[in-house]
Amino acid sequence: MDEYLDRLNIYASRLVSQKEYFVPGHRACQGCAEALALRLVAKTLGRNNIVACATGCMEIVSSPLPLTSWKVPWIHVAFENAAAVASGIESGLKALMRKGRLPRQKINVMAMAGDGGTSDIGLQALSGALERGHNMVYVCFDNEAYMNTGIQRSSSTPFGASTTTSPAGKVVPGQVTWKKNMPEITAAHNIPYVATACSSYPFDLMEKVKKAADIEGPAYVHILSICPTGWRIPPQLAIHAGRMAIETGMFPLYEVERGKYRLNIDLPELRPVEEYLRFQGRFRHLTPELIEKIQQRVREEYEKLKRKVEMTNED
Amino acid sequence: MAKPENEITWRDLEVGIVVNEPGNASVYCTGDWRSQRPVYATERCIKCGTCYIYCPDMAIKILRDGYIEHDLYYCKGCGICAQECPTGAITMVEEEE
Repeated sequence: MDEYLDRLNIYASRLVSQKEYFVPGHRACQGCAEALALRLVAKTLGRNNIVACATGCMEIVSSPLPLTSWKVPWIHVAFENAAAVASGIESGLKALMRKGRLPRQKINVMAMAGDGGTSDIGLQALSGALERGHNMVYVCFDNEAYMNTGIQRSSSTPFGASTTTSPAGKVVPGQVTWKKNMPEITAAHNIPYVATACSSYPFDLMEKVKKAADIEGPAYVHILSICPTGWRIPPQLAIHAGRMAIETGMFPLYEVERGKYRLNIDLPELRPVEEYLRFQGRFRHLTPELIEKIQQRVREEYEKLKRKVEMTNED
Repeated sequence: MAKPENEITWRDLEVGIVVNEPGNASVYCTGDWRSQRPVYATERCIKCGTCYIYCPDMAIKILRDGYIEHDLYYCKGCGICAQECPTGAITMVEEEE
């Protein structure tokens, strides 16, 4: 009896493919949820996949020279041009297939970069690739700072976070600007698919990446990747931190499919942001007034997003 | 790989720094980074696979009978599996010398 029950595979975790295209032995820190997100993305896109990877944490941990963690073709490109290289690959494949030098088949082209490689340095190349409409998936692994070089602020660092270049002191409370809204910027290019995901919700993430790969045209997936080292949390809380980010509304999970917004995890009531900020060392210095300021902003942004969902789904 | 990593010189590299052996990082042992070791109690396991899906180091294998096994060659001891296990079947203990 037991034997038959096992074959039913009633749990979702056991229904996913056991094949890995991002192999162990990579040098990511303990509890790196970015490596976890990358593993899930690589697993979803499968064997027929070509990756262009910008400089960043995931590049250095997966390819220390004579070794590589990748089981799919992988190109390391400069910091700013992951999207440009991926669009070149896509055009090249199209040309080869047209000339009959490559059998016609579906090959996923994926560009990946961190938040620095996407929202600061690679924004111009990304915008160009989205505008030209290449059939590719752009995945941004957002760990909210330049973690690879030692936790410097990026434009994706949230308000109040203390990093080495925005240290919290008596006068300045860490980062003084708000997080750049990358998913909205890409959605404004009118591309077919934009989504936000988090590695704490693995099946949601995998489904979104699959959708992004299947859709014709450019797709952008923004993944919140928890960095225990940079966020100053114990490594075992990496998954919990991601869950808190979604439940407090700091990072809502939504997708924009051909202009239509949809909230994937719609909570009737958001948790207070304090629950998210409290256990992270980078927010330790925040005063109650600053937390209230963040809370207000989060509430406003969430309401705005909800209105967009209503507006685009009216008919 | 033919040679151990620390004996490879620039003469052994391919032109254009092409690594033509996919996934050869799996020879690298990340298990010695660990300061805590996961201990798995089979009798409390409900075979849900939560630990498997959340492991950032692919160090958990689902066995044929549905139970899991930690691959201590790769496990960095982050403790995510112990934290996320719904039944508490995995606990972390200090690694002895």
